[in-house]
Order: sequence, then C-alpha cells, then structure tokens
Amino acid sequence: MIIASTLTTNLAILVLAGFIGFVVISKVPNTLHTPLMSGTNAIHGIVLLGGLLIVGLSGNGTFNKVILVIAIAFGTINVVGGFLVTDRMLEMFKSKPKQGGGDAAGKGEHDGKGTGS
Amino acid sequence: MNGLPLATSFLQNQSFLDVLYIIAFGLFIQGLRGLSGPTTAVRGNRIAAVGMAIAVIATLLNRNEGNWGLIALGIAIGTAVGVPAARRVKMTAMPQMVALFNGVGGGAVFLISWSEFRRYGSTYGSHFVQVNSAFSAVNFHVGGVPTYVAIFSVFAAIVGSVSFWGSNIAFGKLQEIIPGRPISFGSAQQIVNLVLLVLALAAGVDLVAGAHSELLFIGMLVCAALLGNAVVLPIGGADMPVVISMLNAFTGLSAAATGIALNNPALIVAGMIVGASGSILTNLMATAMNRSIPAIIAGGFGGGGAVEGASGAGEHAGTVRSTSAADAAIQLAYANRVVIVPGYGMAVAQAQHAVRELTKELEKRGVEVSYAIHPVAGRMPGHMNVLLAEADVPYDQLKEMDEANPEFGRTDVSLVIGANDVTNPAAKNNPSSPIYGMPILEVSNSHSVIVIKRSMNPGFAGIENELYYEPETTMLFGDAKSAVSEITAELAQL
Repeated sequence: MIIASTLTTNLAILVLAGFIGFVVISKVPNTLHTPLMSGTNAIHGIVLLGGLLIVGLSGNGTFNKVILVIAIAFGTINVVGGFLVTDRMLEMFKSKPKQGGGDAAGKGEHDGKGTGS
Repeated sequence: MNGLPLATSFLQNQSFLDVLYIIAFGLFIQGLRGLSGPTTAVRGNRIAAVGMAIAVIATLLNRNEGNWGLIALGIAIGTAVGVPAARRVKMTAMPQMVALFNGVGGGAVFLISWSEFRRYGSTYGSHFVQVNSAFSAVNFHVGGVPTYVAIFSVFAAIVGSVSFWGSNIAFGKLQEIIPGRPISFGSAQQIVNLVLLVLALAAGVDLVAGAHSELLFIGMLVCAALLGNAVVLPIGGADMPVVISMLNAFTGLSAAATGIALNNPALIVAGMIVGASGSILTNLMATAMNRSIPAIIAGGFGGGGAVEGASGAGEHAGTVRSTSAADAAIQLAYANRVVIVPGYGMAVAQAQHAVRELTKELEKRGVEVSYAIHPVAGRMPGHMNVLLAEADVPYDQLKEMDEANPEFGRTDVSLVIGANDVTNPAAKNNPSSPIYGMPILEVSNSHSVIVIKRSMNPGFAGIENELYYEPETTMLFGDAKSAVSEITAELAQL
C-alpha cells in the first residue's frame, strides 16, 4: 500500500513537472535557445544528488565507491560547467543592448553588477 | 538536551528537507522563466544555480552516513575539470561544450544506476510475492526494492548510457575529431539500431525479472553504449543541434527516472522539466530544418542527398564568378541597404569582431546594415546571436528569419559570411534535394549577393548550394575574418 502511494505520488510529480517544463519553456525566443539548452543542461546535473545520497550507504564495496566518485565528479562537471558556460553566454547578451532596447538594457546591466560570476 | 542535537535533528528533519527541495525546484522554474527573455536571462540562470546549491546543501544536510571524503573528492575532481573547461571554451565551441556537459550528466546517471544494481540487484524480482488478482501489479514487499524501482533504475541506466555515448560522439563530430559527414552501415543501419535496442531492453527486462547477473547489467550498458554510437554516428553535422537537444532531453528523463528509483522529488522535478523543455526545443529545431525527428534518427542526412548534390555540382560547374575585396568594398559602399547573413564559417574564423568593424565602417557611410539570422545558423539555434552579441552588435540589428525574408527584395547587397545550407534555394526549388522544404533566408531575392567562403566545398550537410551559381552572386574566397578585414580596409580607403 505504502509502496503504491509513493510511486503514484512520484508519478504525479513527474507528470506535473513535465507540464510545467512545457509551459515555461515554450515561451522562449529563438535567440535564447542556445543559452536555454545550456541552462537546462546544467539543471539535469541535479543527478549529482543521486550520487551524494547513495555514496555513503552500506553495502558499498571499493569498486562501487570508485563508480560513485566518478558519478559525483561527472555530476559536478555537469552542474558547475553548465551554469558557468550559460552565464558566459548570457553575459554577452547583457552588455550589448546599449543602443537598442532602452529599459531592457538597463535592467539587464543592473542585474549583473552585484552578483558577479 | 542541549541545543546542538536539537538543531541537528531539525536540519535533518524530513519535512525541512522537503521544504528545501521545494524551494530549490521553485527556483529552477523561476530561473527557466527568466531564461525566456534577454533582459532576465542572466538573473534566471543564476536563480537556477542558487536552486541547485540549495538542493545540494539540503542533500548533504540529510546524510547520516560517512564517506564525506569521497564526496569531497568527487566534487573536487568535477570542479577542477568543469570550471576551467567552462571558463576557457571559446564561444565558437559552445555547442561541443554543451554536448560534453550533457554527456557527463548521462554518464553520472548510468553509473548511479550501476551502483544501485550492485547494492540491490540481487533482490530484483525476488522480493515480492505475486498475488494473482485482477491487478497484476499488486505485489507484496518482502525485502529488497520494489519492482518499479528496478524498472526505473534499469531505464535510467539504458537512457543514461545512450546519452553519454551519443553526446560524446556529437562532441567528437563538432570538434572534428570524428568526420562530420555521416558514417553508417548503410541500409543495415536501422536493423543494427533495432537489434541493439532490443538487446538492451531484453537485458533490462531480464534484470528486472530477477536475473541477478552483473555481467548482464554490464552487457545492457554496452548495448546501450553501442546504440548511442550507432544512432549518432550516421547523423550528418547539419542535424547535430537537433541531436544534442534530443540527448539533453534524454538525460533529463533519465535523471527523472533516477529520481523515482531513489524517491527523490528534486531529481524528479528537475529531470522532468529538462526532459519536457528538451523535447520542445528538439521539435522546434527539427521544424526549422523541415526534418522529422524519426527521419533524423532512422538515417543520416548524407546517403542519397549527397549523391544528388554531387551530380548537381557537375551541371553547374564553371558559372561561379569570384570577386576581390576591393570590388566587394565598392559594392557595399554604394549600397543603401546591406544585410549580413552570418553562418558557421564566421564562427570558426572568429570573424564576429571583424564583421562588427565592417558594419561600423558602413554605417559611417550611411549604409543601413542589419543581420539576418536563420534559426539554425551555425551549429545550434541562437549560436549566431551569442557570437554577434559578443562583438557588441546591437540587439535590434539582429533580424530573425521571418522578419528578414520580406526585406531581401529591397536589399542592395546581401553579404553571406560562411553561411551555406540556410541560403540554399534548392530548399525551395528542388524537390529532390534532401533539404527541400527547409525554410531558408531568401538571399537570392536581393539585388546582389556576395558570398565569403573558404572554397567551393559543400557545407556541413554535404549539399551543393545553387545560390553560388546564380548571376547576381559573386564569391569572395578566403577565410571569413581576413576577407572581412580586407573589405573594411578597402572601405576605409575609398
């Protein structure tokens, strides 16, 4: 009973997340598709959490530990590299619209200043 | 009871953890919304990154087990590799980089599944007592993991492995380590793919049913790996953006499957959002190229198309007119309206800054300059925008295809810089062309066309471009960057 409800809850989350992904993404203009792909790419690096969760569990032999360290390293590359690369791409959009869209440019520039990468 | 255990137990409270996860994926969604506009995109990406940091911290807080050293080691290796790679990669090499980052994500997924199999695989299929009721899925949990966990874990392993190897091949092709032209087994290709898929699935089913063999699991991973290779190798470079996007969606789905297997909502939500967004993006790109996704996967671009293109080349040969930088400069200087059509050639030559200089020089002379960007120019959608943005080209000068096409009729000179297939009129005129039906930039409608190109070699799709043989077209052979710089220098002297 408990098993079934965990599964159905997770399936419900899965389906709803799919719809959210669909709605949120379908509004993105062509010009931002490369950064978007890069950004979503970074987000699926969340699989890193899987490695973090199971690396400490009992029953892990040496080989298993090696696999999981590689998995954590892979996940970290995916996350860290993904977000950094996306940020670099978007930096370029930000500095640019000086001549173009007035308020749009101001906003973008404002955002970047405080945070730094 | 002193404060510390209380605090610890509060931080490790499952509800607290869930709240952190909910905050994290709220931030992911907010971040993706931000990515939908140029003004909010930087912030959007950073919001998503904060969400990721929260998810990681929440997970680390909730761990009771040891092995912190291993975690530190893995994260240290990942950071040491990922950060310099992301910092140093050239803007032109972005698509490869995305492919590579996507690949390691898939790699992490299948390694985690493998590890899970090593821990629980011996209980797959053996832990339940099947009850033959109206609902065949009703099983009693006796020990080990529920069947659905095995199913999702095995699914994640297959998809993760396909994504890992497929992405690496895509990287190799874009980096030109592997030839960009399609490599295939010819007509046997689809059978090979199908056999590999069936073998991987059969192994997976056997494992879920309780085969308890690690060798079989490895065999399944190998079949999936070969499938990843076999699917991507035959695909020509022109279709590569679609493939990377598809593999991105695959990795997302496999991460979501891992989330179900590990009962982790953050993985499910983040993975599924990526799966959904990647699918949409894949579809958009395929539509822009008038390619159906099944057709891309089933067989490469090369095949019959390249042969036809070659025969077409024979007919045309000899009618190409070449020009010099000086002539091109004069043509441009006396134009009222110039449209620049950038392509991958501009990207490889790093010519975006030179192009910007040329634009400034022309604007000084009162020439109206804009850029026409095909949705799949370069190797990925938006690739050209990124490069031109890097060179400080004003956003409002970049015109998307639908906006640019009606304007070609009143354009004096179209300057095509390293773009090829996206300007090929065969996509409109020649039903036998493999790119027939793909929307193109209708460059040939403008009064004259100057094409800067290294040689007459066909483009990435391996198809001859009829545009080059048309009477209004002149070719300026050379590296995009030096050719553009030469034109700028000539202009300055006029």
